[in-house]
Amino acid sequence: MGILEVKNVNKRFGGLKALSEVNLSVEENSVHAIIGPNGAGKSTLLNCLVGKLIPDTGSVMFDGQSVLGRNAYEINQMGISRVFQTPEIFGDLTVMENMMIACFAKRDGAFTLQAIGNMMKEKEVVDKAEHMLESMNLADKREMHTASMSRGDKRRMEIAMCLAQEPRLLLLDEPTAGMARADTNNTIDLLKKIKDERDITIAIIEHDMHVVFSLAERITVLAQGTPLVEDTPENIKGHPKVREAYLGETQVAA
Amino acid sequence: MLGLDKKDTGLLLVVVVLALFAPFILNLFPTNSGMAFFNGGYPDLMQRFAIFGIFAIGFNILFGLTGYLSFGHAAFLGVGSYAAVWMFKLLNFNILPGLVLSVIAAGLLSVLIGYISLRRSGIYFSILTLAFAQMMYAIAYSDLLGRWLGTTITNGETGLQIYNDDPQILLGNGPNVPHLFGLEMRSKVDLALGPWNFTFPVGYYLCAILLILAFYLSIRIFRSPFGLMLRAIKSNQTRMMYTGLNAKPYTLAAFVISGMYAGLAGGLLAAMDPLAGAERMYWTESGAVVIMTILGGVGTLIGPILGAGTIKYMENIISKMNESLLDSWFAFLPDWLQHAVVWVATWFTGEGWHMTQGLLFMLVIIFLPGGLVEGGQKLTGLFGRKRAQTQTKTEPAE
Ligand SMILES: Nc1ncnc2c1ncn2[C@@H]1O[C@H](COP(=O)(O)OP(=O)(O)OP(=O)(O)O)[C@@H](O)[C@H]1O
Ligand SMILES: [Mg+2]
Repeated sequence: MGILEVKNVNKRFGGLKALSEVNLSVEENSVHAIIGPNGAGKSTLLNCLVGKLIPDTGSVMFDGQSVLGRNAYEINQMGISRVFQTPEIFGDLTVMENMMIACFAKRDGAFTLQAIGNMMKEKEVVDKAEHMLESMNLADKREMHTASMSRGDKRRMEIAMCLAQEPRLLLLDEPTAGMARADTNNTIDLLKKIKDERDITIAIIEHDMHVVFSLAERITVLAQGTPLVEDTPENIKGHPKVREAYLGETQVAA
Repeated sequence: MLGLDKKDTGLLLVVVVLALFAPFILNLFPTNSGMAFFNGGYPDLMQRFAIFGIFAIGFNILFGLTGYLSFGHAAFLGVGSYAAVWMFKLLNFNILPGLVLSVIAAGLLSVLIGYISLRRSGIYFSILTLAFAQMMYAIAYSDLLGRWLGTTITNGETGLQIYNDDPQILLGNGPNVPHLFGLEMRSKVDLALGPWNFTFPVGYYLCAILLILAFYLSIRIFRSPFGLMLRAIKSNQTRMMYTGLNAKPYTLAAFVISGMYAGLAGGLLAAMDPLAGAERMYWTESGAVVIMTILGGVGTLIGPILGAGTIKYMENIISKMNESLLDSWFAFLPDWLQHAVVWVATWFTGEGWHMTQGLLFMLVIIFLPGGLVEGGQKLTGLFGRKRAQTQTKTEPAE
């Protein structure tokens, strides 16, 4: 049994079958990549895991519990954090404030009415936020409004916030899209480091094969809403079906 | 000090000084001078400054922090007034029970209205709150609740007031006007300093102290973890949700807190003048607090107080300007020019003060979207830069 078990999930958008009979099992403490051409249904699958979409049929179990029918914030509090394809951060708040929100959410849960205290005097939270910012190389930008950060930094901010929540499962939707090569490599190193430091399961959607093959222990190839194959990176590289459906395409495009 | 950092303490002190010295600040002109017309230091107006300051501070906790624009906060103002007058009618003229009940009643009503309205956001939320407030207005105006119960609740068009045959079970020999443990709200101390006259009304000082407390509380809320969550709501609800935070109860709490502020303001209006009418719930009253908050500076601490002060000052002073007064002011001009100027000016004064308000509002929105506070910051920035320049110039000499 993996920490995440997706069984027979189907999702339709009107006439479009975005997901059909998707089965996916993600081992605890592994890095599992989901690849596939544009429109394959990768983000849709992620949406079904975090409560953004409800599958038409099928089940999604996280650590033995169903996530279906739960609110997004409840699923997050179960231990699943998600980084979006386009960064979702608190743009008009500062880097430090962004981080503090994530730290408060971890410490105090979905709702706590602390209306009089001074947030900067919550030492435990402030220390943790500072520490997180330092380890993510964001400390020197702590007073900056996140809306004015570069795209790569925004991503890093979002990843940092998700990590501050100490999730058991981290979902990354194209974390390096639009990043410069150097930033991409930094992100790879960062994710490797996190993986070494703590118990965490990572499911990553990625178009950049360099990233995929640097990180993934298992890869699922999704095409037209259906998993084509699931295997180790070595086997995926040589798989004829994959070459045909996906890798061939990107190589031609590149 | 008091759990505030240096900057916030400074801001609190500014408000304390403004509030306590308002009778001087607002009566800058000698009583017999031509400019005395612009003096605002009389009890009725000063009370309004403080009361609507409280109303706007509370409104800003909702609108400024969460971005949810309520167009129905007058409902809570009105309920606060009715609650306070009812306490006068049933108990006695001590304002304390009335103020307490006005806050509680507005709080309860805002739980109900907030719970339903917050099922939607954006424009739909605004419309829902507006609809609720107009319903409350209609109920109050025709006393539907009273008719249904077979008694008087709001006393309809006439408005709720105190009659000799009201129970007033605790009245005894106590004062026959609103008071706080014997201290009558209407009493005042006059001070003449040469040609200047200053008035220190008891009622105003009560409102001013509550304004200071309300302001202090709002600073604490702004700086609290709760305040941070409210700003998160305004910034990005998607990220909030996927960070494991439930925005609903946070927004509702902000809505109820701001409703309670409005209730206190309504209670104070009744405490200064023991009447309550349905017009206090009318949509223009809801709109006014929106305008005050935006004019002063949405989401800033002191903005709402400045906005409330500006609007109330204009409402009271500009609306008093009439044609004969304008004639006398422009008498120095040649006749034809005097007529022309007065003709234009009458559009913007007296009843036309709304024109001036609208014009000011438009100018602020276009040129100072951050409100008067942004204007202030730009000014100090301008002087600050000049000072910085002179400093850098003198540096080499040192
Ligand atoms: N909310 C929606 N309503 C209707 N159609 C949708 C919706 N979300 C996704 N789709 C469609 O479902 C299909 C799968 O989309 P999805 O975003 O999951 O693809 P993807 O694999 O993430 O692609 P990309 O690599 O471009 O991000 C697409 O054809 C898309 O247009
Ligand atoms: Mg996608």
